[in-house]
Amino acid sequence: MAELVSPPTTDLVTKRESYAILLASRLRAQMTYRSSFWINTVNSFFTGVLEFVETYVLLTNTPTLGGLNFAQASLVFGLANLGWSIADLIFGQTDTIPRYIREGKLEAFLIRPMPLLAQMITADFQLRRVGRAFLGLLIAVIVLFWVHLDFNAATIYLLITTPLYGAAIYGALFVLAGGLQFWIVDGSEFTNSFVYGGSYAGHLPGSALLLPLRVLFTFVFPVTATAYVPCLIMLGMDGPSWLPAWLGWLPPVFAGWTWLLAAVVWRRGVRHYTGAGG
Amino acid sequence: MIVRRYLLLASAEFRRQSTYRLALAAGISANTVFGFIRFSVFYAALVGAGGTIAGYDRAQASTYVWLGQGLLAGIGLLGTHEVSERVQTGEIAIDLSRPIDLQLSYWARDFGRAALMIPARGLLPVIIGAVTTGLAFSSSLWAIPLGLISLALAVSISFLLRYGVNLISLWTIDVQGYTSLYMLLMSLLSGFYVPVHIFPGWLQVIATASPFPSMFQSPIDVMSGRVVGAAALRVVGVQLVWTIVLAAATRLMLWRGSSRLVVQGG
Repeated sequence: MAELVSPPTTDLVTKRESYAILLASRLRAQMTYRSSFWINTVNSFFTGVLEFVETYVLLTNTPTLGGLNFAQASLVFGLANLGWSIADLIFGQTDTIPRYIREGKLEAFLIRPMPLLAQMITADFQLRRVGRAFLGLLIAVIVLFWVHLDFNAATIYLLITTPLYGAAIYGALFVLAGGLQFWIVDGSEFTNSFVYGGSYAGHLPGSALLLPLRVLFTFVFPVTATAYVPCLIMLGMDGPSWLPAWLGWLPPVFAGWTWLLAAVVWRRGVRHYTGAGG
Repeated sequence: MIVRRYLLLASAEFRRQSTYRLALAAGISANTVFGFIRFSVFYAALVGAGGTIAGYDRAQASTYVWLGQGLLAGIGLLGTHEVSERVQTGEIAIDLSRPIDLQLSYWARDFGRAALMIPARGLLPVIIGAVTTGLAFSSSLWAIPLGLISLALAVSISFLLRYGVNLISLWTIDVQGYTSLYMLLMSLLSGFYVPVHIFPGWLQVIATASPFPSMFQSPIDVMSGRVVGAAALRVVGVQLVWTIVLAAATRLMLWRGSSRLVVQGG
C-alpha cells in the first residue's frame, strides 16, 4: 500500500513551464521550414512597408498631413506600427476563433486545464510577425535622427512607454474582437472595423481624421493614444479639437479601459459558448 | 448550347454567395468604416495641399474612395486559393477531365460571384458616401455603358491574375509566398490605397506598365468621369488588351503546366 501514498516521483510541470514548453515547440516547428519562415518574415516586413507607402505618397503631394510634416507623420507611423506588431504577434491568433468554433475545435481547448486565452496565444504563435515589428522599430529609430525632438526625461519616457501601451491597447482590441466572435461567428468581419480599422486610424495623425472618427477612435477605441497624442507632447504641438495634447499622458488610462472592456466581453463570450456536440 | 453551361455555373455561384447574409452585412459595415477613414486622410491631404491634388477635389476624392470601397469585394481584391488547393489535393484532375474548359468555367463562376457582390456590397457604401461626403459622377451619358464594360473587364483582369497565381501550383505545390507577393504588388499598384494619379513619377511609371491599375483605378476613373470621351475609350482599350494578354498567358500556363501534373493515388 505504501506506493499509493508516496508522492509522485516526477514533478508535474508548473504552469509557467508548460507555457514555455508550448511556445518552444511552436517556434521549433516554424524553424523546421526555414525558407518558408524567412519568406513569410520578409513578407510581413513588406506588408508594413506597403502601409507606410500610403503616408509617403500622400506627403509627396502635400507639405503637411493634419498639421504634421513627413518626418513627424513617420514618427507617428513608426511608434503605432511597433505597438501594433507586438500586439499582433501575441494576440493576433484570436482572429482564428470563428474557424475554431465552426470546425468544433474549441472544445479541445476548453477541456484543458489552462485559460482559453493563454492557449489561443500559444496554440499558433507566429514568429514571422516579428518582421513587422522590426519595420516599426526601424522607422521610429531613423526618424528620431531626423525629426527635431527635445530629448528630456519626458520625451524619453514617452518614447519608451508609447509602443508598450500601444501594444496593450491594440492587444485589448484583439481580445475584445475575439470575445465578440462567440456571438457573431459568420459576421467576423464586423470586428475588423475597429481592430484593423483601428490599426489604420492609429497609424495616422489623429488630426487627419474627421471629427466623429476622431472621437470614436479616442474615447471608445483609443487608438490615437497609441502614437499620435503622445507624439503631440514630444513635438511640443497643440492637438486638434477634442484631442488636447495632455491626453498624451493618459495611455495607461486608455489601456486600462480597453482591457476592462475586453475582459468583460471575453468572459461573457466564453460563457455564452455552447458546443455543437460531437 | 455551350454558352448555357457557363451561364448555369455563373448563376450557381451567384446563389452560393448569396447565402452568407450575415457575412455580407459584416463586410459592408467594415468597408464603410474604412471608407470614412480613407476619405478623412485623403481630405486632410487635400486641405494640406490647398484644395486639389492631381485633379482630385473634395467631391472627386470622395467618389474615388467610396467607389473603391464599394467595388473592392466585387472586383475580388481579396484573393482566392481554390484552384491551387485543388492542385494540392489532386482534385484538379477531375476538373481537367470534365468536358468543359477549366479557364472559362472558373471565369464564369467569378462573374457570378461579382454579379452578386457588386450590387450587394457596393450599393450601400456608395449611397452612404453620397449622403455624407458627396459624390461626383460623370455627366456623360456614355459613362454608364462604358463604366459597365470597364467594370466587367476589371473583374476579368482580377480573375485572370488570381487564376494565374493559382496555376503556379502546377510547378511548385506551396504558392503561399507567390500569393502574398501578388497581394502586395496588387494593393500598391492597382491604386487601392492611394490613386495611381498621385503617385510620384517613378512609381507611376511602374504602375502603368503593369496590369494592376486596369483592375481597379480604370473602372473608377471611367465611372466618376475623371476620364471622358476618347480618353475613356483609350482606358477601356488598355483594359481589353490586358484581358486578352492575360487570358492567352494563363491558357499557355495551363497547357505547359498540366503536362507536368502528377496526381497521386486513384
